[in-house]
Amino acid sequence: MFLGKTLKVSVYRYNPEKDQAPYLQDFTVEINGKDMMVLDVLNLIKEQDTSLAYRRSCREGVCGSDGMNMAGKNGLACITPISQAIRDNKLVIHPLPGLPVIRDLVVDMNQFYTQYEKVKPWLQNDQPAPAIERLQTPEQREKLDELYECILCACCSSGCPSFWWNPDKFLGPAALLQAYRFLSDSRDTHTAERLAALDDPFSLFRCRGIMNCTHVCPKGLNPARAIGHIRTMLFDRGV
Amino acid sequence: MVINITNFARSGLYDWMAQRVSAVVIAAYSLFLMGYLFFGATPDYAAWHALFSQTWMRIFSLLALISIAVHAWVGMWTITTDYLTTRLLGPKGTALRFGAQVVCGILNFVVFVWGVQVIWGF
Ligand code: SF4
Ligand code: SF4
Ligand code: FES
Repeated sequence: MFLGKTLKVSVYRYNPEKDQAPYLQDFTVEINGKDMMVLDVLNLIKEQDTSLAYRRSCREGVCGSDGMNMAGKNGLACITPISQAIRDNKLVIHPLPGLPVIRDLVVDMNQFYTQYEKVKPWLQNDQPAPAIERLQTPEQREKLDELYECILCACCSSGCPSFWWNPDKFLGPAALLQAYRFLSDSRDTHTAERLAALDDPFSLFRCRGIMNCTHVCPKGLNPARAIGHIRTMLFDRGV
Repeated sequence: MVINITNFARSGLYDWMAQRVSAVVIAAYSLFLMGYLFFGATPDYAAWHALFSQTWMRIFSLLALISIAVHAWVGMWTITTDYLTTRLLGPKGTALRFGAQVVCGILNFVVFVWGVQVIWGF
């Protein structure tokens, strides 16, 4: 893609204390033909307009704070090159969809964390703790790969229509990925309780296999597949 | 019968299974009828009557009817609980959702009884 000297950027703005309604504000940013990351562009905009609010911290795809919607696709601004997010010579940035906006690109993640908490994302083991640690074979440990790496950026859940409609009842792909992470853990002894808690018509079964979650995950994880595995476990248990 | 095998059991797994199994039955029935119409005898009244007088055909048709009722119910229940909610519509959401479910349930029942009458009336 040819990148010019300047770039047109449209950013979602909303300050509930003074704006009646959200609006898109246009900026022109000097990029000098450089394929920088979307976060770099936001930082340049911030130099023009210090009132712009967004979250970021690590700037290398590790902390998960700058999940946002760029050209209609959720992702982390710090590892999304503008060349991938420009449409019709313009970069359009919205906050993560489906979550309440606190201000500009900053969304309220409470609903997301509440659903995460519901899957009890910690190891539960009723046996007495051994003197040193609970051991796993390399094969048992391997089962946790592509599950534990989730950084809770919410790109997946906030891209999931089922989560938009029922964010209080449907756990959403991020929480379900973590549910499967603990269902797969050889050291966890609460598999039966965990499964029983997922058997209602909403928590897991509201997933309609739309696959947006897997499509957007910036860590390349596959929540839709994990949901499928849990469904198989529930099936084994239920028939 | 629709009632016991759908979400009145409040099990996501049973809804999910019912949706899959009913889909397969509906697909098989549709394919069979299409195959019959394309490759079979000219579908005049006598041939049609002969086909629907067979016991296996009546069982197959009844199974398809039940499957349609189940499939439609699970689907409509899901749609109403996605879009007709207090989150999206405010306080009147629950009444609208319940109303829509009642209408779907009655329509389903009407179609089912009517279908039975058609199959057995042949
Ligand atoms: S596959 Fe399921 S969880 Fe993932 S986006 Fe689709 S409905 Fe949501
Ligand atoms: S699964 Fe991926 S997209 Fe979802 S929260 Fe975790 S890292 Fe983000
Ligand atoms: S700033 Fe940490 S993930 Fe983007």
